[in-house]
This record gives sequence, C-alpha cells and structure tokens, in this order.
Amino acid sequence: MKARTCWNAVCTVEDLVPESGIAVWTEDGPVAVFYLPHRLPALFAISHTDPFSGANVLARGITGDLKGEPIVASPLYKQHFNLNTGVCLEDDSVRVKTYAVLLDGNRILLETAHKQREAVAA
Amino acid sequence: MSKKTLIVIGNGMVGHHFLEQFVASPGAAEYDILVFGEEKQLAYDRVHLSEYFTGSTHADLAMGTADWYSAQGVELRLDESVTTLNRDRKRVTTPKGEYGYDELVLATGSFPFVPPIEGREHPHCFVYRTLDDLDAIRASAREGKSGVVVGGGLLGLEAANALTNLGLQAHVVEFAPRLMPVQLDTDGGALLRHKIEELGVQVHTEKATTAIVEGENARLRMNFSDDSHLETDLIVFSAGIRPQDALARSSDLEIGERGGVVVNDQCTTSDPHIHAIGECALWDQRIFGLVAPGYTMARTLSAVLNRDRDAAFTGADMSTKLKLLGVDVGSIGDAHGQTPGARNIRFNDEQAGHYRRMVISEDGKTLLGAILVGDNSHYDTLLQYALNGIALPTNPETLILPEGQGGAPALGPDALPETASICSCHNVTKGDICNVIDAGCGDLASVKAETKASTGCGGCTALLKNVVDSELEKRGVEVNTDLCEHFPYSRQDLFHLVKVNGIRTFRTLISQHGRGQGCDICKPAVGSILATCWNEHILATDHVPLQDTNDTFMANMQKNGTYSIVPRIPGGEITPDKLIVLGEVAKQYNLYTKITGGQRVDLFGATLSELPEIWEQLIAAGFETGHAYGKSLRTVKSCVGNTWCRYGVQDSVGMAIHLENRYKGLRAPHKVKMAVSGCTRECAEAQSKDFGVIATENGWNLFVCGNGGMRPRHGDLFATDLSDEALIRTIDRVVMFYVRTADRLQRTSVWMENLEGGLDYLKQVVLEDSLGICAELEEHMNNIAGTYQCEWKTAVEDPEKRKRFREFVNLPQQIDPVQEWTTERGQRRPVSESA
Repeated sequence: MKARTCWNAVCTVEDLVPESGIAVWTEDGPVAVFYLPHRLPALFAISHTDPFSGANVLARGITGDLKGEPIVASPLYKQHFNLNTGVCLEDDSVRVKTYAVLLDGNRILLETAHKQREAVAA
Repeated sequence: MSKKTLIVIGNGMVGHHFLEQFVASPGAAEYDILVFGEEKQLAYDRVHLSEYFTGSTHADLAMGTADWYSAQGVELRLDESVTTLNRDRKRVTTPKGEYGYDELVLATGSFPFVPPIEGREHPHCFVYRTLDDLDAIRASAREGKSGVVVGGGLLGLEAANALTNLGLQAHVVEFAPRLMPVQLDTDGGALLRHKIEELGVQVHTEKATTAIVEGENARLRMNFSDDSHLETDLIVFSAGIRPQDALARSSDLEIGERGGVVVNDQCTTSDPHIHAIGECALWDQRIFGLVAPGYTMARTLSAVLNRDRDAAFTGADMSTKLKLLGVDVGSIGDAHGQTPGARNIRFNDEQAGHYRRMVISEDGKTLLGAILVGDNSHYDTLLQYALNGIALPTNPETLILPEGQGGAPALGPDALPETASICSCHNVTKGDICNVIDAGCGDLASVKAETKASTGCGGCTALLKNVVDSELEKRGVEVNTDLCEHFPYSRQDLFHLVKVNGIRTFRTLISQHGRGQGCDICKPAVGSILATCWNEHILATDHVPLQDTNDTFMANMQKNGTYSIVPRIPGGEITPDKLIVLGEVAKQYNLYTKITGGQRVDLFGATLSELPEIWEQLIAAGFETGHAYGKSLRTVKSCVGNTWCRYGVQDSVGMAIHLENRYKGLRAPHKVKMAVSGCTRECAEAQSKDFGVIATENGWNLFVCGNGGMRPRHGDLFATDLSDEALIRTIDRVVMFYVRTADRLQRTSVWMENLEGGLDYLKQVVLEDSLGICAELEEHMNNIAGTYQCEWKTAVEDPEKRKRFREFVNLPQQIDPVQEWTTERGQRRPVSESA
C-alpha cells in the first residue's frame, strides 16, 4: 500500500530564482526546489542535504543539464545529482530523495509523507 | 627450395599475438605455418572474459577472424589438441593425425589450479578460464541463489564480479589474511575488502576449505579447517594458475621445479628447435601471468626466428591497474617495499575510501613501487616515474596527496622522455608515437591503428590521449579544446565571441553558440567572461545562476554549509577602530576568527541569513568586500616599507594599497595575488605571487606569473626600475592579456608555461606592443576600474538581492539543524565527524 502523503504549500512563485534553487523547510526536513524555466516541467524538488558532506546546501548548487538530463552540482564537492531521479552521476549507489512538486496558482506545492497519520499508526 | 614448417601449439592471446608479429616479418616467407587450438573458438580476449556475462559475444572478444588466418596462409586447426610430441622425429600427433615440424612454438598457456579438496569434482564446481567454463557457470547459476569463489586474487575477484552479474549472492573465500595478497598490503587489502563488501559481496579470509559436501539449504556445503562452514549453490575455483607444460614434460624438455617450460632469453627451450612463450614458459624461475609480458615474449621470439641476434626477453613489468567490481586497484613494481633500504609514504583516507602507498628508494630519488586502492587517477603518473626512473620531486608525497591539498598535478606528457613506455602490452614508446604522427597520423584513432597502442589491456588510454594531444598540438594540429558538452569552444574563443558580438547574457551566448542548458563548468566560466567584459553586478538576475555558490553569496562556503567572510584590508593596513569593529562583529555572531596568509582577517561560521546583517555593519564601518570568494584579485601583500623600516627604499604599503584598489573586483580566469616589497630583502614574498613588485633605488622591479600553493613557481623578472605610472601601465597590460587568453581556471603560472614563446613573447606583446593591442588592453582595464562597485554594498541595499540570503524561504527563523558546534582554544568550530 502506498504510504499516505499530503501536498503542502511551501512557497510562492516570487520566491523562486530562475535557473537556480531555493531551500524550504518541510516536515520531512530541508528540501531544495529548483526552477528551470527552459524545461518542461520546470520545477524539481530534491533533498537539500548533500549526502557526501551532510550539509544542507544542494539548493545553492549550479543547475544545468548533462546529456539532456537536468542536474545540480553540489556546491561543496561538486558531485552532480539528476534532478529527476536524485541519482548521483559520479556514484550511482548514492541517491538523494526526490519530491513531487507542482504549481497551483501562485503557490508551490510539495508532496511529503503524511506525518500525523504515521504518528497515529505508530 | 621447399618451405620449412612452423607449428604453433595453442591459440590464445599470446599465440595469436606471435602469429600477428611473425607473419608480418620477412622470415615468415620461409615457413608453412600450422596452428593447433584446443578450444573450439579462435583466440579471444581472456582479459575481458567477464564481459561475456554482460553482453559480449565470442565475436566481440575474438582477437582475429578465420579469414585473417587464411589470408595470411596460416593453417588453423581448432578443436584439435596435440597429444604427443616426438622430438627425435620432430613430429606431433593429434587424434586426427601426425604432423612434422622444423620449428615448434609452445603457447599452451596455463590451467587453473584446483586445490586437492575432497568433493571438488562435484558438477557444480567450476574453474574460470574459457568461454566453455563461463557457459557452464551460467547454466548452473540459473537455478542457484549463491556462489562462492575460492581465491581472492585478481582473477577471483573478477569471477566474483561475474557471479554478481549473474544475479547470485557472491562470496569470496581466501586462504590468506587479505584480498589480492600478491599485489596489496594489509591496509590496501582491508580497504578493498571494505569496498567490495559494501557492494554486497561477502568476503571470508583466512579460510582453508577441507571438504565440499552436499548442502542442506543449498546444493553444496564447504567445510573449513576452523570448523565453520558455508552453504552455496556453486563454487568457482580461482586459486591461481599452473603452466600447461604436459606436452613438454612427456617429451623430457627441461621443466621448472614447480612447473613451466624452462626458456632462455630467446624464449627457446632446452631443445633448440622448440620455443615457449606466455604463461607456459618459465623464465629466470618466473612465470608471467599477465598478457603484456606474454606479448613481449611473442615479439622476442618472432625476432629470434628472423635471426635477430640482439633479440632477448629481459623480464617484464608486472604492474597492474584494474577495476574490480567497480573499485580501482593498482599495483606497481616493488609494491611491498622488498628492496633493501626502501621507504614508504602512505596516504590513507578512510572517509573517501582512498589508499595510496609509494615505495621509494633509500636516497629518496626514485619510485620503486606503489599500491593504489579506491582511485587509480595517480596510476599513470606513478607508473611513468617507476618505469622511466624519472627523478622524484623534492616532496614526493605530493604525487599521492589529493589535488588541492598539496597534491602535484599529473606528470605532463612533455616531461616524459622519448623512451618512456606508453603502452606496455604492445611496447609502444613516446618516440614511436611521435614517429607515426610525423609520418602522417593526425588523430588518436589513426595512432592507435598504426601503433596498436592501447589496444591490449587498455590501461594506457588516458595517457596515450594526453601524449597524442600534446604532440599534435606541438605540430599545430587542432585538438578538441571544447569547454564542455554545451560549448564547442575554448574559453579564449568564448571570450572573443562575447566581446566581439557584445553578448551580455549566458542565455544569449548558449542559444547562439552552444547547446543545452549549461552546467557547472561553462556557467561560471561564462559568468567570469561576462564580468570581465561588461562588469555588471554578479547578482544581476541574469548572472545569479551562473555563479559558484561562493560568488552567489559573496562568501566562502565551509564544510558544514556555513560561510566565512573576508573584508578587504588593502595592503594589510588597518586602523585600530576598524580592527575593533571586526572583533565586535565576530563576537556578536560568534564567528571563529583567523588571520589569513594575505594579511587579512577571516571570520568563519556565519549562516546564510546572517551574511547581509554582518555586511551592513562592516560597510557602515567603511569595509568593502574582499573578493575572497571570487576568481579575482585577492590581496596585495606588503611589507611596511620605507615609512618605518630602516632598510626600505620605497613606500611599499602605499603602492600595495594603490594596486589593490585598482585591480579589486576584476574577474579573471582564476584568482590573482600580488605583493609589494619595500627593498630586496623581499619580506612580502612578492616573487611567489602572480604579480610581484620589489622596490629598487630607482623605482620598481616587476615579477610576473609566480605562484605559491601546490606547485610553487618563482615569478619571472619582467621589467626593472619602473616609475609608478609605468608599473601600473605594465601590470594593466599583462593582467588584461592574461584575462583574455588564459584557459578556464588557469593560474598565471600555468598560463605562462603554456604561452607559446613564453616570457620573451609576453615582453614583446606588453613592452614593445608587437600585436598593437596595448592601448585596447589599457582602456579595457580603465573601464573596469572605473565601473567598480562594492558588490556587498549594492546587495545589502537591494531588497530583491537580499531575498537570496534566506536559509529557508518559508521559515526565516529556522536554524539549519545539521550545524553542530564545539569549542576549541576559546573559539567555536564545527563538530567534525573524524574527530
């Protein structure tokens, strides 16, 4: 059974920076939201935590594409992460969490685990 | 005159290589050639055998084709093994017939050693040598869940990889206390084990198998001498090889104590008409279990049969580089340091999983051997040092330190002598490569086709490319210098495109001259070019996404995601009031404070959201940004000069402040450092800077393109006794010429070394205006100096730009939870995982 999830508004369109990322705080921890206006879809969300350093910095990396896939380069040690899959290009055994993200009017919605439900179940 | 007959027994890699060499030689005309192969297939590449499980077919792995053999007039008899050898009558027999020879070549190779363990004949026990073996393993694996490889050497791990590819839970059982005991030491073996276990292969060392019996939960059960056991569905023995010398034994040729057909330097056995090459041959009490020495023997024998009196096999380098289960492993020369007096240098980064060991001679001058685990990027350079006896640098440890932490750059192809062996499989030297390029080979592919370099084990691919590129470049041939996959141009090309076409945004440049969306290579490079050309604020909307995080947030990111702040302190001169402000700000935000090497103060540990607040205070106190984050002018270091010092002859502090204020903010291909010394005592260490100025009685001497850091270089004396104005004018020109012509991330020192014509050429351009561009260079520099703005001042005054400094845009008060702190020597610092 698919785990219960919920969609939360995390920021607005005005908060986004074209061709770059911003960080938001969610129940699931820090998440990086990227806006690549020349792609369709243009919004991507992955964990903000760089798995190689443990620091919350991925939103501050340089975005772009490699072989057509959208990527962000970690600002610390420069590994690349596929924004669609979260997989690290230099080491495919490493993968950061990805989140579904969508635009609802002016709001950016992010799909995260339904914490309250989990708490009740536990 | 009728032809003589040459018979080759064995059609493996070495046998095939011998034929390739021999049929191309004049001596081949004297012989009819007959080849016997035991296997059904033509010689194939056993080095890449495991690729058979990942999609390669025999055709992919084959060394040649049947057509090739017939075109060469070689009679090939496959699936026909020679059963007896009669030396007196010079005849061999097979189940199909009897054949006479004049010269006989044994290239029978080796067979896998299977330890005499009870139960080893079980149908699900295998060896790993031929395509037939692999077919049998594949069939057995279909119904199985797990597999054991007995033997943790090079081939054993290769086999374990193959079992993993077949979807089995793989185990490696090794008798020795570590993996790859021949090539690796204890630390290297331990790291390799750790990495392989991380990949899901279970490793069992110090296990001696006593019996193989029926299993309870799997097909087989292995009992070990320590009373433990392991259940598995199949077993692959890979416990070493033994020379295939049965034929030689039965015909009373001289055989080594532990097997192998004894050969001399001419690869000839105790019978002058019988020769042996490859893994069946024992030379100087040694069997060579690698393909490269076998190839060398094959070439030697071909020359011997052509009556070359000088031809001799003189041993071979047993260095190996390979990827085992995706883990880099390299072993060079005397890896265990057995040479008397040998010393070791070890680098062991357990965090990154890198282990490197160098074995150096007693006098510290030459590299005897090396071990690498986890990262083979240093292999080529180390191998060249070891093979060619190139003198080690003064600090040899730099060869294995990570780059950026004192690590030396790889040995450039230019540093290699003509005799340097580039491809040891096919014995191709740098000189050979130069020759075929001179003879008309114009690219890598044709050099490979002509010399066969890099077509053996493939370990030299990167080195070969470097040598070919460098040699082609020397001859004026175009080499691919594309910045990245998005731009088919070098940085210099892009600079001209931007400048000439007046391009002001990355988007325009990539849509007109590139493809795709860009990446972390081209974006900052173009960002820097745009800044040099047009000097717009780096946080202008179009430029923000181009910058490295340090430029984006105008501070230096540290390992826990916080930033350090370096305000500009021109010339290192600071008033007590300003020093107090730095102290107060540091106290208020609990910032770790350190004096830098460039006579400034570095404040560490500021969060993203604190940066603008801190800078508001610093700007109010009269500070400007120090560009410590940028590829731009850092500091101009100075000694106190003639205003105080009794030896000083000029006002070095005054000149340093003037230079710092002129060049601050200029974006360059890399950082730029300067220094001014007030007399020849050189207290400011100006000769180690990109631009160094030393006072004389009559003015200033200018040194250019020096460097400290990981590859020190003394600056070259460029001009002497310059007036203040002449000094500025000269630096303007050199700086701008560098900015326009250097590669991405190329410091002035490397730029100078690669500049055709070197120092003399630069003097012509700058001092004699040989290109007629000096006025333009000066004007460009004047424009940049005239449009300088303190980036931080502009940023804190602009609410839109300040929005970028929110840690989390939806929760401004949220503190980053991963930042953990401790106190050391009275100051706060991040908790480090290793401490």
